[in-house]
Amino acid sequence: MITKQIRKWLVSGFLILLASSTVSAQTFVFTAIPDEDETKLVERFRGIADYLSEQLEVDVRYIPVKSYAAAISAFRNNQVQLAWFGGLSGVQARALVPGSEALAQGVEDQAFYNYFIAHKSTGLERGDELPEGVRGKTFTFGSKGSTSGRLIPEYHIRQRFGEAPESVFSRVGYSGNHTRTLRLVESGTYEVGALNYKVWEKELEDGNINTDDVRIIWKTPGFPNYQWTIRGDVDARFGEGFTDRVRQALLDLDDPALLESFPREGFIPASNDDYEPIRSVAKDIGIID
Amino acid sequence: MFSYPTVRASFLFLAIAVAGLLVADITITTANPWRDLGQFFLGVVTPNFFSTEGLLTALLRTVAFGFVGVTLGSFFGFLLALLYRFMPVRIFCAFIRAIHELFWALIFLQFFGFHPLTGVLAIAIPYAGIFAKVYSEILDESDPEPAQLLPKGTHAIAAFLYARIPDCWVQLRTYTAYRLECGLRSSAILGFVGLPTLGFYLESSFSQGMYSDAGAMLILFYVLIATMPLWVRPKVLPVYILAAPFFLGEGFPIVWGNVERFFTEDIVPAPLRNGEGLAAFSSWLGDVMVSEALPGIWNTVVLTQIALVATGILSLLAFPLISKHFGGPVRRTSGHVFLVIARSTPEYILAYILLQLWGPSMLPAVVALALHNGGIIGHLIGRQTNTIHLRPDAPQGFARYSWELVPRVYRSFLAFLFYRWEIIMRETAILGILGIYTLGFYVDSAIQNIQFDRAMILILITALLNIGVDILGRYIRRKLALQTMPTC
Repeated sequence: MITKQIRKWLVSGFLILLASSTVSAQTFVFTAIPDEDETKLVERFRGIADYLSEQLEVDVRYIPVKSYAAAISAFRNNQVQLAWFGGLSGVQARALVPGSEALAQGVEDQAFYNYFIAHKSTGLERGDELPEGVRGKTFTFGSKGSTSGRLIPEYHIRQRFGEAPESVFSRVGYSGNHTRTLRLVESGTYEVGALNYKVWEKELEDGNINTDDVRIIWKTPGFPNYQWTIRGDVDARFGEGFTDRVRQALLDLDDPALLESFPREGFIPASNDDYEPIRSVAKDIGIID
Repeated sequence: MFSYPTVRASFLFLAIAVAGLLVADITITTANPWRDLGQFFLGVVTPNFFSTEGLLTALLRTVAFGFVGVTLGSFFGFLLALLYRFMPVRIFCAFIRAIHELFWALIFLQFFGFHPLTGVLAIAIPYAGIFAKVYSEILDESDPEPAQLLPKGTHAIAAFLYARIPDCWVQLRTYTAYRLECGLRSSAILGFVGLPTLGFYLESSFSQGMYSDAGAMLILFYVLIATMPLWVRPKVLPVYILAAPFFLGEGFPIVWGNVERFFTEDIVPAPLRNGEGLAAFSSWLGDVMVSEALPGIWNTVVLTQIALVATGILSLLAFPLISKHFGGPVRRTSGHVFLVIARSTPEYILAYILLQLWGPSMLPAVVALALHNGGIIGHLIGRQTNTIHLRPDAPQGFARYSWELVPRVYRSFLAFLFYRWEIIMRETAILGILGIYTLGFYVDSAIQNIQFDRAMILILITALLNIGVDILGRYIRRKLALQTMPTC
């Protein structure tokens, strides 16, 4: 009975394997940093894969990864040719892959910002600067390699207190992504956290935040963030002008549902130099050599 | 009582663990840990088997990676076992098994990327080191007499095959089958770093609070492990072994330039790579030691000692659950189910679950390590008590437990515990990836910052620490004259 069931599984597994598309040399593969809940990312980027496939007339595939570093490594190792990076991961990736370039960013990514949020039990109120009262509280970043979840919050904490986060707070954690930061501060696991404003606003709009339990205590100044980055050698592999076609396809993207899933108003051209501020901050903090 | 060396050793370790508790970070930081735990158990009893289209594929991949990894590991482990009397081979084996599967996976991911070879080697390499050691121990214990009776001039290979192997064949087979079960567990957790096995989906469901989906995956995994005797049969084993490589998935092609770059550039310490000289290198190394390695070592050791003693206490509390000297068949059956679940769940997954529920501190790690290892040792000791025949007028209840059974099994209990010391430390280091500040935390941070030179130094330190504990454990076992059989 059980062996029969297992045989069935094996057969069905085999069929799945046959049915799933194999990666040929001409598949254009991209990834994205895992900054939010995976289900949302898979849904969003499968849509992007279908769109790009139609526009570029090549097979396009999205692969999900488990960490920011895995996204950078896959890009560096040419297992993906395009990636949706954060500010910091983009800077790190482009430093490792000579010739790669930032193609396009969201309209909002020119001046992105962060929210510091706090659990109600702290009694902290919103201020024009990071409240002194956060000292001694427990604090969570997002992912270790995140721009808005780690780099920018750490920069501002150091600016405000002149100390490392570990000595300002009683406990410092890394939740993994922005959605989890929100959930952990909302439930009181951490008293204070910092996250990407887009995630906060989208969750608020969808009715997923209990604003009695968690509130914004500070909004950071703007900084350049997310962008699409492409490897320099794709033209050689996919044909002359391929980079320009990818850029054009991204700039032309106007499907409201797809844009809403990011959420971005639309995409505009970006260049490597736009991210110089991120690079210098990362160097100051010692995240990059 | 203190005149017994085993008792003195026990109290010494207990005292170290209590001192460790004073400096360790043990708290529950979540606001509603019990509500979350309740939701998790609700998820387990209302499993959703149809959440992910990829679930069956993930299960298949888990089995495939397990089979291929363990097969290669046992093949090369056997070859190494034949050379195990040579010191360099022993050191090599001790080194490769001191590095955890997940660390191997993190290393291979950097240059093989998402190619099946990453997962296969991550299992095969440390397993080869463990197989070499255990196979050689088994071979050494085989009866030398049959070989001595062979006529002069018998070929060494023939003598080996016909006089040595038959004598220990059953033990070799039992141990290999047991490691296959461990291999499935290792394969499952590789998903946590992105390989396409069960852990991949388990991590996704858990981090999003989809407990019914996670519950379904855990149940499928238990069923897979529990039914192994039914579907892993000697007759069909060759079929599985031949078929498994075809079920690893496609992954992405290997770019060999990446491999070369990793070894010639990435892992060369930054100051040397940039030609800044030895002075810069020593200050770089000093920085790694002071800010990462030393705190990591301290936390790893503290957590290991607490977890070791917690494992011991739990084992002693748990073994009566399956002992025939206590309770009726109903209690023993439920005890069995509990211990099977405790030892079938990899520590990494247990720690991950508890961290989600209780928040980050050493507590979830201690509980996870104690549950998993205590489940294993409790099971072994409990089985051992079933071979003990008590007098018909032996005392009942607690007196039977404390005066009749515990003293009889205490030595083998200690032997198992010290055997697992090194294993507990290896796991403790890796739990750092989940956010507890052990060595794994600093390794993961270095990898997240794309500083593979730092990561490699820290992995080397972790390996040396494990080897040190392994040697110390063996020394203590020898001092106390404790005998062990290998467990994983």
